[in-house]
Amino acid sequence: MSTTDLGTARLGDPTQQRADRAIVRRSRAGRVVIHVCLVLAALLSIFPFYWLVAMATQSTAEIFGYPPKLTFGGQLLANVRDVVTSIDLLDALLNTVFVAGASAVLVMLFDSLAAFAFAKYRFPGRDKLFVVLLVTFLLPGSLSLVPSFILVSRLGWVGGFESLIIPGMANAFGIFLLRQIASSSIDDSLIESARIDGAGFFKTWWFVGVPMMRGGLAFLGIFTFIAQWNDYVWPLIVLVDPERQTLQTALQSLNTIYNTEYGMVMAGALISVVPLIVVFALGARHLIANIGAGALKG
Amino acid sequence: MASTSSAATLPARAGTEDVPRRRGVLARYWPQYVAIAPFYVLFLVFGLFPVAYSFYLSLTEWDGASEITFVGLAQYQYLLGDARFWNAVGNTLIIWVGSTVPMLFFALLIAFLLHQNIRFKGAYRIAFFLPNVTSMVAMAIVFGSVFSDSFGLANGLLRGLGLPEVGWLTEGWSIKLTLILMVIWRWTGYNAIIYLAGLQAIPTELYDAAKVDGASTWRQFVSITVPMLRPVILFTVITSTIGGLSLFTEPQVLLANAGGNENSGGPGEAGMTIVLYQYNQAFTQFDFGYASAIAWALFVLASVFAIINWRLVRDREGLVDRRRRRGGEAR
Repeated sequence: MSTTDLGTARLGDPTQQRADRAIVRRSRAGRVVIHVCLVLAALLSIFPFYWLVAMATQSTAEIFGYPPKLTFGGQLLANVRDVVTSIDLLDALLNTVFVAGASAVLVMLFDSLAAFAFAKYRFPGRDKLFVVLLVTFLLPGSLSLVPSFILVSRLGWVGGFESLIIPGMANAFGIFLLRQIASSSIDDSLIESARIDGAGFFKTWWFVGVPMMRGGLAFLGIFTFIAQWNDYVWPLIVLVDPERQTLQTALQSLNTIYNTEYGMVMAGALISVVPLIVVFALGARHLIANIGAGALKG
Repeated sequence: MASTSSAATLPARAGTEDVPRRRGVLARYWPQYVAIAPFYVLFLVFGLFPVAYSFYLSLTEWDGASEITFVGLAQYQYLLGDARFWNAVGNTLIIWVGSTVPMLFFALLIAFLLHQNIRFKGAYRIAFFLPNVTSMVAMAIVFGSVFSDSFGLANGLLRGLGLPEVGWLTEGWSIKLTLILMVIWRWTGYNAIIYLAGLQAIPTELYDAAKVDGASTWRQFVSITVPMLRPVILFTVITSTIGGLSLFTEPQVLLANAGGNENSGGPGEAGMTIVLYQYNQAFTQFDFGYASAIAWALFVLASVFAIINWRLVRDREGLVDRRRRRGGEAR
C-alpha cells in the first residue's frame, strides 16, 4: 500500500503519517473493528453495482422470481441485443462521448486561460472581476430552467448538442480551482524570463502555464467529463428530437417504454455506467484528492 | 497571497507609470481581457439573463406559444394557496433533513476511521466514492428494482424474515424513505472524502498534546476533531442544502413507473419535490409563468436556509465577538 500512503501524505502535512501511526498504536482488536465497519460500509456502497450486473445477466422471468436470484445468469448477450435492437443506445453513447469530451476540452481551455490571467498578471479591474466570479457561485442553476430553455430555443439550438456544450464551457469553479494552483505552483521568474524571451501572454500560457497546471487540468477534465456524462435535467428539456439523445435521456425512455422488460433495461443501465467507471478508475486518485482539497480552499 | 507577490514582481510592462492612461489599458492588457472574457460573456448570457428573465416571467401568464399576459403578483398569490406546491415543499424538506443528518454523521464516522493508519485506504476511498460518479438515472433504475413492491430484493428480504412487506414505491412515507436512502447512498462517500481532507489538515500537535493529557479517542474526537472541522462541515452542510432543495432526478426516474401521472412523484404525489413540480408545471403543463414563480420561491427558500446554516455552523467565537462589540456600542 506504499502508493496510497504516498498519495495521502502529499495531500496533508508531511508529518501526518508519523502522527497517524501514533494515534493508532492500539490493539489488534481495535484495528479489526475499524476494518469490519469500513468493509460493511464499502459493501453497501458497491452492492447496487453488483446487483445491476447480476440483473443485466438474468432474464426478466428470473428477475421477477422468488426468492430473488443473487448470482449471475447467462442472459447478458441476449439482453444487450434486445437493447440495441429496441433503441439507439449506441448512437446515444457516441453522442454522450462527444458532448462530454468536447465540454471537458473546452472547459480546460477557457478555465486555464482565465485562471492564468487572474493568478499571474495584474490588469485594471482584476480583483473586482474576480469577486464577481466568486459571487456567481451563489446562483442556483435550477432557477433558470425555463428562461434558459426559452433562450436556447430563440437561438435555434433546441435539439442540438451546442445547447449542452456552449453554456457551460467556462465555469467559476474551474477558474477558481486552477487559479489557486497557478498562484502557488508557477514561479514568477519563469513568466518573467518568458517575457524577456519575447513570448506574449498566450505563448507564456501555453508553454509555462499549462504544463505547470497539468495536475489541476487533469482533475478538471475528468470532473467535467463525468458531470456532463451524468447530466440529466437539462438534456431532458432541450433534447426534443428522439433521434438525438444522450445516454441518460435514452436510458430513461428505455425505462419508461419497456418498463416490464427488466433484463433489457438493466443491460441498458449497465452500458451507460461501464465507460464512466473506466474513466473514474483511470482518474480516481486525481479526482478524490482534488475534491477534498477544493472543499478545504472553498 | 501569491497574487499580490506576483503583482509586486510583475509591474506594468516597461516599468512606466503605475496608473496607465485609460486609452492605453486595452492596448496593453487585451490578452488578459480576452482570456477572462469567455466566462463573463457566458455568465451574462446563460447565467444572469435567464435569472432576471425568469423574474419577469413569474409576473406573467404564458404557455410558451401564445401572447405573454402581464398578471402582476397573481402567480405568487396562487402559489401561496396551492396545496400541491406546499406538499412538494414539505416532501423536499422531509427528504432533505432525513437524508442530510444521517449522511453527514456517517460521512464523519467513515472519514474518522479512514484517517486512522490502516491498510487499503486507497481501495476504501474508491469504493466510497464510486456511488457519486455514476449516473443517477441508471442507479435510480436499480433502486427501483431493489425496492419494487412485488419482486424487489428489499421486500424479498422482509418476506424471508417473516416481516410484513412495505410499499416502498407506492405508500407516502415509504416513498420518502426510499428517496432518503438513495440520497444517503449516493452522497455519504463524497462527504467522507471531504471530511478526510479536512482531518488531514488538522495539525497533529493538537492530538499529541491531548494524548499527553490522557484524553481518550472519543474525547479527542469531540474536543479537537469536530471544532477544527467546523469550516469543512459548513461547506458540506451548504452543498447538501443546495443539493437537497434541488432534488429532481431521483424522484423523477424512480417514480416514473410507480403509478400516478408522469412527473408527479408517484401515488399521491408523495415523492413530488419542488424542482420536480417546477419541471411538471413548465414542461408538462406548459405554464411557464407559474413555473418561474416556483423557481423564485425555491430561490428564497434556499437563501433562507443558507443564512440559517451559516449562523448555526459559523464559529462561535465570531458570534461572541459580535455580541461583545454590540454591547460596547450600546455603552
